[in-house]
Parts: sequence; structure tokens; C-alpha cells
Amino acid sequence: MSESEAPVLEVSDIVKTFGGVRALAGVSLSLKPGTVHCLAGENGCGKSTLIKIISGVERPDSGRIVVAGTEHDRMTPSGAMDAGIQVIYQDFSLFGNLTAAENIVLTGEVAAHRALYSRRRARPAAERIVRELGIKLDLEEDVERLSVADKQLTAICRALVHDARILIMDEPTTALTRTEVQRLFAVVRQLTERGVALLFVSHKLDEVLQVAQTVTILRNGSHVLTAPAAELDGASIGRYMTGHDIDESRQVVRLPADASAVLEVRDLTLPGAYRDVSFTLHRGEILGLTGLLGSGRSEIAESLFGVLPARSGTITVDGQDCTIRSIDDAVAAGIGYVPEDRLTQGLFMDASIADNIIASSLDAYRRRPSRLLDRRRIAETITSLFGRLRIKAPNVSSPVRSLSGGNAQRVVLAKWLATKPKVLILNGPTVGVDVGSKSEILQILRQEAADGRGVLIVSDDVPELVAVCHRVLVIRQGQVVQELEGDGVDLETIQRTMAA
Amino acid sequence: MSARLMALRGSNNEGVLAAVLVVLIVAMSLVSPSFFTVGTLFAVIRSSIVPVIFALAVLIVIISGGIDVSFAAIAIFAAYTTVKLSGAGGSTASLVVLTLLALGIGAVLGLVNGGLIARFRLPTLIVTLGTQSVFKGALLAYIGSRYIAALPPSMDRAGKHDLVTAHSGGSPVSVSLMVLVPVLLTVFVWWLLRNTMFGRGVYAIGGDTEAARRAGFRVIRSQLLVYVLVGMLAAAGGVVYVILGRNANPQDLVGSELDIIAAVVLGGASIFGGRGSVGGTLLGVLLVQLINNSLLLVGVPTAWQRAAVGLLLVIGVGVQAAAAKRSRKRVFAHEDLEVAR
Repeated sequence: MSESEAPVLEVSDIVKTFGGVRALAGVSLSLKPGTVHCLAGENGCGKSTLIKIISGVERPDSGRIVVAGTEHDRMTPSGAMDAGIQVIYQDFSLFGNLTAAENIVLTGEVAAHRALYSRRRARPAAERIVRELGIKLDLEEDVERLSVADKQLTAICRALVHDARILIMDEPTTALTRTEVQRLFAVVRQLTERGVALLFVSHKLDEVLQVAQTVTILRNGSHVLTAPAAELDGASIGRYMTGHDIDESRQVVRLPADASAVLEVRDLTLPGAYRDVSFTLHRGEILGLTGLLGSGRSEIAESLFGVLPARSGTITVDGQDCTIRSIDDAVAAGIGYVPEDRLTQGLFMDASIADNIIASSLDAYRRRPSRLLDRRRIAETITSLFGRLRIKAPNVSSPVRSLSGGNAQRVVLAKWLATKPKVLILNGPTVGVDVGSKSEILQILRQEAADGRGVLIVSDDVPELVAVCHRVLVIRQGQVVQELEGDGVDLETIQRTMAA
Repeated sequence: MSARLMALRGSNNEGVLAAVLVVLIVAMSLVSPSFFTVGTLFAVIRSSIVPVIFALAVLIVIISGGIDVSFAAIAIFAAYTTVKLSGAGGSTASLVVLTLLALGIGAVLGLVNGGLIARFRLPTLIVTLGTQSVFKGALLAYIGSRYIAALPPSMDRAGKHDLVTAHSGGSPVSVSLMVLVPVLLTVFVWWLLRNTMFGRGVYAIGGDTEAARRAGFRVIRSQLLVYVLVGMLAAAGGVVYVILGRNANPQDLVGSELDIIAAVVLGGASIFGGRGSVGGTLLGVLLVQLINNSLLLVGVPTAWQRAAVGLLLVIGVGVQAAAAKRSRKRVFAHEDLEVAR
């Protein structure tokens, strides 16, 4: 791990534009063998584009890629693999229908341009790599039956069996429990001892700082800083990522002691997703629901909105028992839902902002007895929400497709606020939203709660939960494992409980 | 479920299928005394010769994540055209030449399917449904629509040889030499899927096309090859069909696709792609043929046979969908067991 060692990968001045939008504006990066390098940045800062360019999936407009002294001006996916570059994507790109052993060897066999495949040759090759890494892995099991952590190990083994010199891992810790993360890091240390250079792409910095020697930070497609990990901490990285001090201080108004319950959930169970979930949401309260990817947090939200009806348990909205078997039931009960993937689930992309805002509440604007729409009242509602949510657009007739992530999210919010819900559920309310917009959206949520709604935020963005939530429920393996309240809502406690 | 039971069940439920076959045979033997005879055995084998060849073709395309409903049209196109072009009864061409001609025609028609599917990324069902009609229409319009009673002599002779003959219930029964074709092709496809990188690539593409592309498989080329191979296997099936039937009728075969697809799906091949085995497919074909045969024997009208095969297909697909749903729920399996307690 000497400082003088020559870099195994050097990319310099990479520029890439997508239809006029500059994704990367002259980014450089250098990777030394036997080290862990972390590439950090907010959503949309160009991290993924850079990996795709290094691995040959995308071609840069200009810039140089030098792998172990050889310059590649036209990197292709197979060329990258031949040069010893392996990428482990978030979805791992494994074949669920094939065994772990076959998954591990298959890519290498393809790269070697073999015509025939032999199980007898495959098995020992897979076993060797598993033994060298000192890990436990059921090689004969179909990959789709393995746990997320084992899938990741399979993907790592696959990269190594083909003698990877550079291993790029995209958000490697997102779906892992705390012990699994530690096990992964043990493997990572083994890899660095073998001289492999690792590039971690992550926004979960506290974890990555444990293993990384160097950190490179990107912001809006530009290189901000490369520095030894030892000189950085979570706060300074956050500042470099966003360009300003982020106000993530906790701003929570005390609830009146007699605040009535607006949503009561008792023993909600959906086998295979979550079980025995009980909680109460009060009028004016913001409640956080958090957990790792796959912990069941999203499923609980989807059940409350009737997308994925629960098998058993009771839901009471505003003192009335509700049976929620469908979205219609949920809307009738007064529940609004802002989904995780708003582009596919929450918006009509080509329709105007106005049409989107009113889409869920049109029924309420029919005149009696004619049953025709009351255009004037509709326009009033639209204008008022457009202003209240500070949607940045020339006017209400602009198509939603033309809006940025933060503004699109406001339109979804406006759509549900137009239905005047008693309970507003938001799944990942600020995913893909820039930082400035994020704090404004959180401010809007505080305002909506103060107006007497119950707000339920489902998110794994812990700082955001700490900033707005009165209480936070932590979900692990489908169960509420902890309830934090008042001053107990703090970053470290939540993160520790989530990933225990 | 214990490991041994799992092993018996097979990775694609082949064990379950074998058990169903045994139960069916026992039940039919009890119901009808004329069932458990060499005659029935030979009848089922004879009626399976052509379906097995077609099923192997369908198996490959289903594993790759697609479907091909044009194979019957390709089969009769290739076989009828070969007979007609070679001059029918007056032909002097050898069987090898005729077979190669038919395989060539099959390959070209398969290439049409593969080209449309791989190049333009179109849904396989729609493409092959379209080409099925195009192939059949072109056959009737340009090649011929008349029944040919006299095959080229080399083909005619091939159909006359028997591999085995026996006596059952006083009358002689036999299995044609042609049974060797599906046997050889079965071994070939088994080897191809298991021991070649092309075969493993077909599984990989069926499992996750994007991942296969990232892994370096040449997806478009593999898909083209899959459909060319399906075309050739279909053509081989068509030639065998014509030889066994001792005539060439352009109206034949098209319409019998469902039996084959049902057999392959019952044999454990996943309609979602990525799963399927040659062993399971053979069992599936036998099951469908045995059921057709049994229904006939107990006097069920032919119309109901179609319904029965359709029902089998729905059951096969239903079992798969249920299994897929179950496997998605496995995330917290151990906790769910606690809930059940």
C-alpha cells in the first residue's frame, strides 16, 4: 500500500453530456492497487455516469482512461473486463436461476471465449475463490434463494475468479444489516491485501469512512475534492457534497398533550412482508417509519394505502374502523399517499401541473344537481396549492415532464393535499430531490402537520427523519423493533437499531 | 421438506410429473383392461415421435425467455416444400439431401423470426403469431395447396423400416425406425443446454437479459441462433411427420401447437424463462400423449381432448405462478413460521 505505487486506474478530464445536460464536467480520479477509494456525492451528481464510463457501458465525450499504463480511448464492457475492471451493481446482475457456483464462473468462461461448459471444471474454480476469501457460501444453491448478503458475496467471488484488479461496488451496504456490513468489510480488507483496488460508490459515508483510504466527492458533475479519508468526517463530506452547510437541525413543535389519534394501526400483518405492526398517529404529528431496504417499511405504507392489503389487523382512521382492501378504500377513508417512485406511480408526466394537481380530487368538484365540474373552484384550488407549495414553473399549464425532481415531488404532494387527506403517507419524500428543495419540502410537511393532519414518513434517510419527526418507528425484518420519541430521536440510535 | 425429498422432486418438479404419470398408468390399467399392453405402449411411443422433436425446439425458446408458436408452420413449410421441389414421387434425391434441404428452409424461416425479435426487440409471441400466418399463407399461395400422395422414394423407404415389432392381442404392432430421430435429438439438445456456453447462455438470457449482456454474452447473436435452431428442429420434425404419414399435406400440423407448448410447460419449463430441462420435457410430452390416448380409450369425444390439454396448460402455468409467488415471500421465512405457530 505504498504511496509511491503507480495507480492501476487513472481517468482524467472526463466530460459527458446527455442531450444538452452536462452529467460530468471534467472529472478525474486515480486508483492505487490495494486501496479502497470512496466516490461520494448526492443523487444525480454523476457518480453512476462515471462508473458506467469506466466500465465501458457509456462512452465519454472527451477524457482519458488509463488502466495499468494502457490508454483506452474506446472502452467497451468486454474490454473493461479484459483490463481487469469488474463492477458489482446494486442489483448484482446475477442469474437467479443458476447456482452460485455457475454464477461465479460463468462470466469468466464467457470472457475466455469458451465453446463448451463443464460443471466439473466450474465447481473447483468457485470453491477455490470461496476458500481463499474464507467465506461461507452454499455453491449448489440457486442464487435466487440466497440472502442479499450472500448474493453480494457471490458477485464478489465472480469478480475475483476473473482476476479483477479493479473492483467497483455501487452502494454496497444499502441492503445489508450491521453484521453483514462488518463481514463485507472483512472481505474488503482481504481483497486489498491481494492488491485489488476498490472503488466504493456510496452516500452512506459513516460506513464507508471505516474502510476507505481516499475519498473523492462530486457535485453536479464536477470534481469537488479528493482527500485522505482520515482528514474528513461526516459533516465535512456533507458540506462538500452539497456546497453549503445543510440545516438538518431538529425542528419539531411540541404536540398538545390532548392531540387526538387520527390513525390507529393494530396488529397489522402481511405474511412475508411484516407482522404485528401497531402504532398510533396523532393529529398534527409527523411519524417516521424507517428500516433497511427490504425490511418491510414500504410494504406497511402500501398496505395502509390499499396497494398491498394486509392479511390481518385493524386500521382506524379518525375513530372509524376501516377495511382497506383497495386504493379506493384508502382514499375514501381520508388517506393520501406519495409513492416512492413518483415518476411511474404518482404523476402523469405529459399532463400539465394543473391536471396533475386535481387528478385525485375531481369528484369533489362536481356541481349539484348537474354533476358537471365546477371549473372555477378547481382553478382556485390549483392556484392556491401552486402557490402554497412554491412550485417553480412558468405557470400551471407546464407539463410535469419539464420539472426538476424537487418540483415534481411538490406536484405529487399538491395532488394529495387537494384531496384534503386526514392522513398523508409519504414514501421517500425527498429521494432524488436536491438539498435546497429538500429542506423546503420538509418545511411544507411541518406546515401540513401543524394544520392538523397526521403525516407518516417512510424513509431510510435518517437525518431527514431526525429533522422533522416527533416519533420514529424502526422496522427490522418486518417488525417494529423500537419506538423513539422526543429527544430520543437521534441519528446514531436510529442507525444502530436499523442495521443491528 | 427434507433434502432427499427435494432431490426426488427434481429441480423443475420432474419427480412430481413422473409420479403423476405412474398414477395415471395405474388408474387407467384398472379402468380399462386393454390399456396395460405392448400395443398401448407402442401407440404412445409412435404418437410421441414428432411431438418430442417439436417440444425440444419449444423448450429451448422457452428457456431463453421467449415463445415460438410458428414452429408447426415452419415444420410443414419445410417438409412440404422439400417434397414438392424435389419432384415428389419422381425424385431421385437421397434422404440426406432432402433432409439438408428441409433443415436449410427451417433455418431461414427461423432466422426471420430471430431477426425480427432480436433486432427490433419485439414481443416473441406476437412476432411468431404473425410469422405463423405468413409462413402458412406463403406456403399455400406460392408453393402449393394440394395434397401430395407420393413421397420421393428415398423418404418413402425410410418410413417402411421398423425398429421393433411385437404381437399384442393377436395383431402385430411396431415402432418405426424414425423413433431414433427424437432419441438422437434429445441427447443432442440435452448436451447443448448443459455442456455448451451457448446452452448456458440461453439459461442466462432467460434468467436476466440485462445481466447476461453485462456478463459479456452476445445476446442478439444467441437469440438469433435460438430461433434458427428452433426452425431447424421444427423442419426435422416436419420431415419425420411426412415420412411417418407417407404423404405431404400443406394443411397439416398448424393448429397442434398447444399440445406441444402445454407439454413443455407441464415438463417444468418456466414461462418466465430461465428454467426447464430436457428430462421434464420428455415426461411432459409423454403425459400429454398418454392423456390423449387414455381419453380416447375411455370414450371421451375428441372435442374434449382439446379442452383437457388446454386445462393441463392452465394448471401447469398456474402451478408456476403460485411457486413464483411463494419464492418471493421467502424473505422472512423463519419468522413467518413463528407466526404460523
